Amino acid sequence: MLKALASQFRTLWTILQHSFTKAETVQYPEQQPYLAPRYRGRIVLTKDPDGEERCVACNLCAVACPVDCIALQQGVKEDGRWYPEFFRINFSRCILCGMCEEACPTYAIQLTPDFEMCEYDRKNMVYEKEHLQIEGTGKYHDYNFYRVSGLAITGKDKGQAQNEAEPVDVKSLLP
Amino acid sequence: MATIHIDGRAYEAEAGENLLQTCLNLGLDLPYFCWHPAMGSIGACRQCAVVQFQNAEDQRGRIVMGCMTPVTEGAIFSLAGDKAQQFRQNIVESLMLNHPHDCPVCAEGGECHLQDMTVMVGHRDRHYRGRKNTHRNQYLGPLINHEMNRCITCYRCTRYYNDYAGGTDLAALASRDHVYFGRHQEGVLQSEFAGNLVEVCPTGVFTDKVLVHDYTRKWDLQSAPSVCVGCAVGCNTMPGERYGKLKRVHNRFNAEVNGYFLCDRGRFGAGFVNSKKNLLYPGLRQPEGTYDALDHHQALLHMQQACTTGKVAGIGSPRASVEANFLLRSLVGAENFSPGFSAHEQPLVMEVLQLQQHTAAVIPDIATIESADAVLILGEDVTNTAPRIALALRQSVRNKALAMAADMGLQPWQDAAIRNLAQDQRNPLYIASVADTPLDDVAEVAISLAPNEIARLGNAVARNIAGEVNELPDEPLRPQVEAIVTMLMSAQRPLIISGTGCGTGTVTAAAAQLANALCAEGKRAMLCLVVPEANSLGQAMLCDADAPDLDQLQHRATSGEFETLMVLENDLYRRGPRFQIDALLAAFNQVLVLDGMDNPTTSLATLALPAANFAESEGTIVSLEGRAQRYYPLFKPPAERRPSWVWLLACLKELTHKDVEALHHFDDITRACANAIPALSGITAAAPDHHFRNLGQKIPRQTHRNSGRTAIGANVSVHEPKQAVDEESPLAYSMEGLNRAPPGALLPFVWAPGWNSNQSLHRFQGEVGGPLKGGTAGVRMLLSGTPSPGVSNYPEKGEPPFLDMPQGLWLLVPRQQIFGSEELSALSPGLCELVEDAYIEICAADAKSLGVSAGDGIVVGDSLATLEVRINDDVAQSCAGFSVGLKGAENLEALHAVSLRPADNWRRRAPTPGSEEVIGSDRALNSEARTRGRARQRPARPQGTVPEGPHV
Ligand code: SF4
Ligand code: SF4
Ligand code: SF4
Ligand code: SF4
Ligand code: FES
Repeated sequence: MLKALASQFRTLWTILQHSFTKAETVQYPEQQPYLAPRYRGRIVLTKDPDGEERCVACNLCAVACPVDCIALQQGVKEDGRWYPEFFRINFSRCILCGMCEEACPTYAIQLTPDFEMCEYDRKNMVYEKEHLQIEGTGKYHDYNFYRVSGLAITGKDKGQAQNEAEPVDVKSLLP
Repeated sequence: MATIHIDGRAYEAEAGENLLQTCLNLGLDLPYFCWHPAMGSIGACRQCAVVQFQNAEDQRGRIVMGCMTPVTEGAIFSLAGDKAQQFRQNIVESLMLNHPHDCPVCAEGGECHLQDMTVMVGHRDRHYRGRKNTHRNQYLGPLINHEMNRCITCYRCTRYYNDYAGGTDLAALASRDHVYFGRHQEGVLQSEFAGNLVEVCPTGVFTDKVLVHDYTRKWDLQSAPSVCVGCAVGCNTMPGERYGKLKRVHNRFNAEVNGYFLCDRGRFGAGFVNSKKNLLYPGLRQPEGTYDALDHHQALLHMQQACTTGKVAGIGSPRASVEANFLLRSLVGAENFSPGFSAHEQPLVMEVLQLQQHTAAVIPDIATIESADAVLILGEDVTNTAPRIALALRQSVRNKALAMAADMGLQPWQDAAIRNLAQDQRNPLYIASVADTPLDDVAEVAISLAPNEIARLGNAVARNIAGEVNELPDEPLRPQVEAIVTMLMSAQRPLIISGTGCGTGTVTAAAAQLANALCAEGKRAMLCLVVPEANSLGQAMLCDADAPDLDQLQHRATSGEFETLMVLENDLYRRGPRFQIDALLAAFNQVLVLDGMDNPTTSLATLALPAANFAESEGTIVSLEGRAQRYYPLFKPPAERRPSWVWLLACLKELTHKDVEALHHFDDITRACANAIPALSGITAAAPDHHFRNLGQKIPRQTHRNSGRTAIGANVSVHEPKQAVDEESPLAYSMEGLNRAPPGALLPFVWAPGWNSNQSLHRFQGEVGGPLKGGTAGVRMLLSGTPSPGVSNYPEKGEPPFLDMPQGLWLLVPRQQIFGSEELSALSPGLCELVEDAYIEICAADAKSLGVSAGDGIVVGDSLATLEVRINDDVAQSCAGFSVGLKGAENLEALHAVSLRPADNWRRRAPTPGSEEVIGSDRALNSEARTRGRARQRPARPQGTVPEGPHV
């Protein structure tokens, strides 16, 4: 009996203490909370340090998405790069889980600290590539997939990627 | 059977089988690269390492290659032991030393055997910090993409391309870690079966070029079991779709038909499905020649009106399904229904069916063709008319090697050893044809004769075997006859191949006669007769022998019998010279055409109805071996496109036709057709009906990881539509359901946990390389005929005569092309680039006498066509080969005698850059390399015989 009463008072005391701590709740929207860069909000497609589209339309984000809200179609550019002919995210389905970002091998798709994307009409939540593509590199500044990949593109021939030797001379039989 | 121990467990296994195959059979995961179920083992990649112990006391064991180790009684192995696992991990790591960082931009990704094996062995971190070797890629033609950096030097490609498919222009070049798999010089891969490299190569070196430029990962493809409509072989395929477009075609294993391989016409020839020329809405012709788009209600009204104003004639199609043809035949009445062959071809195909129905010989499927130990080809260029058979023949000539191996106690999977042992020794293959064929390189003898002379040769052999004529004193072909008789009589399973390809029934009759004679001698003879199109044989089965041909329909229409013509999926301008078809169509007041695409016939229709193609509809077709097979839609047709059977059934219902009252589903039509047509009574068994459920569930067309479902249509409507429902089949347009060991006819794709590539197929097979667990797709309706004794097809008045063309006339003989001679595949992107210009082929002496040289123009007949000349000394004497089905040669008909003269104002084609500097081993351009054995024979003829065929 006494034990129970003590517990009750301790609870009251703990709660009373909270009256003197700083409030976590802020007066949104007048007051904007701080969100870390890794916060999982609105999704963007970024560009590589050379200003080229980063997304190579590999489809990994789409397949990683648990609610299947990413659809895209691959195409090949004149210069040999793979790119998405269209890239669509249905944000009315997206749960901002960040699986796409984790799956992306090129750092193209990134979640940002922007979460203010309410709409009265659901169809306005469907973002196409032009709505998703930003000019910068997002959180990852240096990575350029094509500098690592073996695929030759205009301006980067075979043997010119990271850690690559010159193309072999098939006519040589030297040991 | 032997008992073996793997990791402490005892298993029963086939003695003599290799351990790798045994493990896969037992459901154990053992990684591998170079072994292939159809090509055996060479032990090159070292990936399938296991530990073998001497005996129960042996604790150390030694590493052996699973694929090279035969199963023996009491053998003890370890797959899971640290030593074996570590070894396999090291192997993958070393294979990956130079591997590029390409997966995201690699068309193999997601169905890559290398990815699967890497995950399977658990390799993760790269320890090598040196620089990676790189390679330059080659242009290998419009169909196959080359990305050599990704190679793991397993040698599967060259083993397949050279050893299995008989190609000569792909090789392993350079040495050590520089080995390069490619051509001596850039250029189109010459083999007709090069496309299989896409599936054979376990990495992304060889990929489907058309797919690479409009790529979809395997997990996103919606696939359905389908049947190739490229020719009459009926190979099983798994086409895949995304966003309403057909993306690619993969092989669907069928142990009795195509096995693991397709030809390039089948693999790359389905792109016409996406054509911009597809009809989307019914079109009603206006007086000024334009078309008004209708919806299907209006179209049906017009259809019904057309059918009630006057009598209707129907022209079916050997490229449409049995069901659609059956409905059109019901609509117009059997006596007013023409099967849709050309007037010339109709009796040929009809006769082929009869010959097959009445032969004592076995009618072989493709797998059985591979078992033949002597082959005679009469007149058919199978590589170009029924390509997959040619690939099978290339295996059949290897039976000698297998027999030699068996004598030495070698297992059939010991590939390298057997090839070393046999070298160039082969079973005999004897080819008599109008000109050279791509199979000549494995033929013991190849001989060029005019079509009727080929028949004469066949008949002489038949008579000789039947003992009717023992001596052939004045037969000019006597040496050939004797050689063939010796060859066939010393074989156990002789195979005779012929077909409609050279344009005369005398040849097919001779082939059947010969097969019967062999059977009478107690041989297990086989008879394979090739027909031109995917459903030619089904069409012959559907129609009576006296069904009207196109000429007869035209006569009856001209006499005023018919008001309306209804054409089903048939471009009539491919069925005869332009003036004849013009006259045929002009004889009717109204022409209704159901077809998928805009073509010369649809553009003359009074009412054109958009018919779904094979990828959008279901249907049954009958292959040349009499196998009824069903194809299923991969996606719902867009707009107002409907399967032909839907249009016709709706029209019949509008007309309150009594036969169709009880027909609602596709299956009902199949059943009605089977009941009405005795020859087609088997077709209901081609595949399970729409009530079938696989362990209670439908079979999904989509993989379980199909992506983007809530975004695909979000640009149109954010409310996801209900998944399309398939009421006509046990397949579902979704990822729900069960794709575990479904019936062979219902296998939409292959995938198993840990096996994302097509190598997962072994999980669907009862035994690796054997039939599917769910049974082999299709039903044979002709196994071997019912021989009717006493029926003799020998020509009553002697043999067909030798050809004796008057000076200045040539006999037109058909030359088929794998790319181009078939109507629809020739419209597919990629493949269409390989379709050549139409040509006339004559020998050098004839060219000299005409004063033309290769590349010049020549006028055929009065002015039937003006075509480019090719010089080919292998064309039979006094014959001129013409390219069948190519643009410009439409007016030419086989076996017509024509005059030739040099064309005025002919503009020679500019030589295509590079085509002159192709390497020496390229067999298309180097006939010496092609006929590795003996040169073609071109026997001289006796004088004083009568020419065949009409003169033009
Ligand atoms: S995972 Fe990255 S690179 Fe791949 S499709 Fe998505 S955004 Fe593009
Ligand atoms: S071959 Fe396989 S492992 Fe190599 S890049 Fe392509 S998908 Fe990746
Ligand atoms: S190209 Fe492909 S099949 Fe050929 S050796 Fe390399 S990985 Fe093997
Ligand atoms: S052989 Fe005929 S059926 Fe088989 S894939 Fe080739 S074209 Fe298609
Ligand atoms: S599969 Fe056995 S060594 Fe390659």
